Amino acid sequence: MGEMEELRKEADNLKDQITEARKVVQDTTLQEAVAGTTLVGRVQLKTRKTLRGHLAKIYAMHWGTDTNCSKLCVSASQDGKLIVWDTLTTNKVNAIPLKSSWVMTCAYAPSGNMVACGGLDNMCSIYNLKGKDGNVKVMRELAAHTGYLSCCRFLNDSEIITSSGDCTCILWDIETGTEKTIFAGHLGDCMSLAVSPDFKMFISGACDFTAKLWDIREATCRQTFSGHESDINAIGFFPNGNAVITGSDDATCKLYDLRADQELITYQDSGIMCGVTSLAASLSGRLLLAGYDDFNVNIWDMLKAERVGVLAGHDNRVSCIGVSSDGMACCTGSWDSFLKIWN
Amino acid sequence: MPGVINMDELTDVDKAEMERDQKKIEVKLERWLTSKCCTEFMEAVQAGVEEDTLVKGIAEDKNPFKELKGGCVVC
Repeated sequence: MGEMEELRKEADNLKDQITEARKVVQDTTLQEAVAGTTLVGRVQLKTRKTLRGHLAKIYAMHWGTDTNCSKLCVSASQDGKLIVWDTLTTNKVNAIPLKSSWVMTCAYAPSGNMVACGGLDNMCSIYNLKGKDGNVKVMRELAAHTGYLSCCRFLNDSEIITSSGDCTCILWDIETGTEKTIFAGHLGDCMSLAVSPDFKMFISGACDFTAKLWDIREATCRQTFSGHESDINAIGFFPNGNAVITGSDDATCKLYDLRADQELITYQDSGIMCGVTSLAASLSGRLLLAGYDDFNVNIWDMLKAERVGVLAGHDNRVSCIGVSSDGMACCTGSWDSFLKIWN
Repeated sequence: MPGVINMDELTDVDKAEMERDQKKIEVKLERWLTSKCCTEFMEAVQAGVEEDTLVKGIAEDKNPFKELKGGCVVC
């Protein structure tokens, strides 16, 4: 047997063992466990604010988390701008022109001091919002990926993690502008990433239909979750960090528990046939808000896996969604060039 | 620098080796019973639901995002 065949056989054998081990601990399903709970009441959120100003499709948005900027968010549009918004007043705090207009992602640093973005330029650009003269300037351009930048998330003011169409994720030292760790293992474009609430792990979703859990400091992949039948476009942690939520082109979202190392439930409906573009959990994790290619956001009861609401208000694909860190509102961004704040 | 790999330089055999080595790590994982995970999941959700604005709603006068009446917004 050739070396390739040997390796494939070994890997398949191990995969079978993993499937068995997962079955062994599956003594109940979430559906059975929640049989006695009541469905959460119908959720009807209203648009409270519309953020107008972008001139082209919005691809990404991210809320600030620091108490000084919990009502601020940053958005990225292919009009070549990053805009930092005060969502209470709808004022633009910063409008940052980008070198490359082909932006696909943006992020707000937890401190509120920086924002980052990237896209088809294969780079992650870091902007300092608190420069001495008040001007927002590029602080660093992180270049090493050989594919588009699909997502980026700050760990702190000196470290950021990026995911790329080159199938890898990278942990960067912002100060030196160099790669600290390259996380390789996905066999398809990495589309999305999320950092755990304790900042020790991150998860990535990819076009190989799997999600991977990575230990940031050990630089290893701890777990791989399969089950989706198409690209995973969106990923997030359940608020307590013990579970992962994914959204896919297969029109479903899935909840994977990290300790059981398997899927607990799938959020799907025969009436939904288009891909999931984005997702966010409400503060308690009771609700899952997911944006779809059909211009809507469906709101799911995460326990009962039933739809309990819809956000209809955009005239084009909802490309990004986020719940503020205090859980008070959710923000949707769309290809129709608007962002909306709902609660 | 730990974990520095140039994906472009990996051969198919390299990738198959990486996959096999990764599965060797994953097969050793200690897994919890799903019943325990489901119970914890339900408890975590119930614990936070009362403070969850998107679930419970918010009174108009307490809503920071309520419509600003009067004045003008300069963009």
